[in-house]
Amino acid sequence: MANMTIAKAITAGLRETMKNNPKTMLMGEDIGALGGVYRVTEGLQAEFGKTRVVDTPLAESGIIGTAIGLAFRGYRPVCEIQFDGFVFPGFNQITTQLAKIHARSSGDLSAPVVIRIPYGGGIGSIEHHSESPEALFAHTAGLRIITPSNPHDAYWMIQQAVESNDPVIVFEPKRRYWLKGEVDTDNPGQDAFSAKAVREGADATIVAYGPLVPVALAAAQAAEEDGNSVEVIDLRSISPIDFDTITTSVHKTGHLIVTHEAPTFGGIGGEIAARISERAFLSLEAPVLRVGGFHMPYPVAKVEEHYLPDIDRLLEALDRSLAY
Amino acid sequence: MGAEHLPTSEFDIEELEQSMTSSDPADAPEMVQLLASDGTLREDVQYGPYAAHLDGEALRGLYRDMFLVRRFDQEAVALQRQGQLVMWPPLLGQEAAQIGSGTALQANDYVFPTYREHGVALTRGLELSALLKLFRGISSGGWDPREKNFHLYTLVLAAQTLHAVGYAMGLQRDGEDGVSVAYFGDGASSEGDVHESMVFAASNQSPVVFFCQNNHWAISVPTEVQSRIPLSNRASGYGFPGIRVDGNDVVAVHAVTRWALEHARSGRGPVLIEAFTYRMSAHTTADDPTKYRLSAEEDAWRDKDPLKRLERYLRSSNTAEDSFFEEVAVQGDELAAKVRAEVLAMTGPEMVQSFNNVYADPHPLVAEELAWHREYEAGFADADAAGEGN
Repeated sequence: MANMTIAKAITAGLRETMKNNPKTMLMGEDIGALGGVYRVTEGLQAEFGKTRVVDTPLAESGIIGTAIGLAFRGYRPVCEIQFDGFVFPGFNQITTQLAKIHARSSGDLSAPVVIRIPYGGGIGSIEHHSESPEALFAHTAGLRIITPSNPHDAYWMIQQAVESNDPVIVFEPKRRYWLKGEVDTDNPGQDAFSAKAVREGADATIVAYGPLVPVALAAAQAAEEDGNSVEVIDLRSISPIDFDTITTSVHKTGHLIVTHEAPTFGGIGGEIAARISERAFLSLEAPVLRVGGFHMPYPVAKVEEHYLPDIDRLLEALDRSLAY
Repeated sequence: MGAEHLPTSEFDIEELEQSMTSSDPADAPEMVQLLASDGTLREDVQYGPYAAHLDGEALRGLYRDMFLVRRFDQEAVALQRQGQLVMWPPLLGQEAAQIGSGTALQANDYVFPTYREHGVALTRGLELSALLKLFRGISSGGWDPREKNFHLYTLVLAAQTLHAVGYAMGLQRDGEDGVSVAYFGDGASSEGDVHESMVFAASNQSPVVFFCQNNHWAISVPTEVQSRIPLSNRASGYGFPGIRVDGNDVVAVHAVTRWALEHARSGRGPVLIEAFTYRMSAHTTADDPTKYRLSAEEDAWRDKDPLKRLERYLRSSNTAEDSFFEEVAVQGDELAAKVRAEVLAMTGPEMVQSFNNVYADPHPLVAEELAWHREYEAGFADADAAGEGN
């Protein structure tokens, strides 16, 4: 057991996978001497050398594209994208090449590339530094997408991502990088590609992931003071989605709210709402509600607190659902 | 609209070189040529030695390979016209660029092709009919790239150039002496991935040979739209050698590629080769070059035909006689017949196979959708068995 932040848990997880698998390597902008803009790779170049922890030229397509070529030679590159809004120069390589090569080659080739992306808002930053583009990637078959919400999961999920034989995008909740928690370094807990009920409840279910899990837990706590018992599910995996865990919860509670920072239109919440209405229609006592971003470019820092889902917006949705 | 009103590429190589030269004439690259259009050999102090090993048998082999892939290409076009292929990108005119470079490679070198490298595929020993699976609509690949170190065709232009550099970075880490070879064209040279691949290759001093076939036309757009300077000149901006070679001279292409591979293999970093050639046929079987270029231009390049050029040399030097050319023609017809038979026997996959390799590890959504699909399809089988729906 160790107490550490999410950022340092990822560092520790990366260190473990670098130690355990000589084919693991890290690639990205400023990840060497600086340790990355969030210092997640701090100390790793000094420990493992410049051929395994590579400061790349400043080009995202180049990072992903060369990682694919390295994967063809058996390497397991872990690429750091500096910020969510900067992944798009690499979007072509991720969606047309990385995601498809296993299928195109009839399984002869695989590209177990991991892409780490700090994502989400709430840090008072400038444009392109606060986005949540997970749905754009979730729509692409061949990719796996996970997002930890606490240090224990962060430590293990990054290692499980590297062990996966598929490409995995790890969305890291950047405003929670400094959130501290216990990490059980002996016990991984559960598979990275599954959800987990992090609070038991009987009256309603809130599904959240990444940076909003603490918000959902706080909303559930506030609801309890009002006499409502709310179950909170940490989705953990955005692709695939563990619909069984959500369905089981909805059979029990009959009310479902999904929350994410990303805009609701075309988002993960819509996918969950559709699937749960197919799987648990007769258990639902109210429409599935979504609490997420508006259909607009991520707003300026001055007003982002009105954009981001918070406790009050979750409680408002909860009231609507329970009163339906 | 008549083609004479449309912009067109220059007919003459020298004229084109001049037109594409930057303001300083000293920047114009020399084009390496070892076998002139009239079939006579030329001296070249730097690259000549890299062709010195080509004896009569080797030269006849180069001709045979060029002839065979041209005959294969012709058969593929015919198969498309007969409805057996969805489409086909012909390589007509580019035989020397592909056979010359492909035969210079070693077994442990690794090729990242575009979608037109049929000649390179032949030099790697690939079963040529495998190339047709993609164009018959029964596979998005068609062969195991690891068997002949020949990657799958890549249709997203230039994406493979980065894979080639990553592969080369792996070779460096593994301490192996292979070279990664990235094929691309004059059109793809405008893609950002080519720039990034050259930046990464130079930064890492990786063993990569960038082999650009400048065939003058990116579908309907001439090379001048892609670049105001010769493409080989771009290498100097990245800090590695760039060479323009006569892409219709199989001997020169072979020699220059051997030099480049040796350069890369010995740890001196990447090389860019621009093979100056011409796409004699359409971009694909869906294209119509009469809409954008003059037949006079095609005629001018027909005189530079890579097969005719080598044939002139082989005959004038008494390296090959009629019997050789007759034998090769028979082999070409045999290859065409074999490929045709193999293609006609190719059956498509079942839909269920499309679910198989979406992911390498088990995936619940794919499993669920596969189960649904099977049940749905089984419903039709039951209905057929019961004689319903007749």
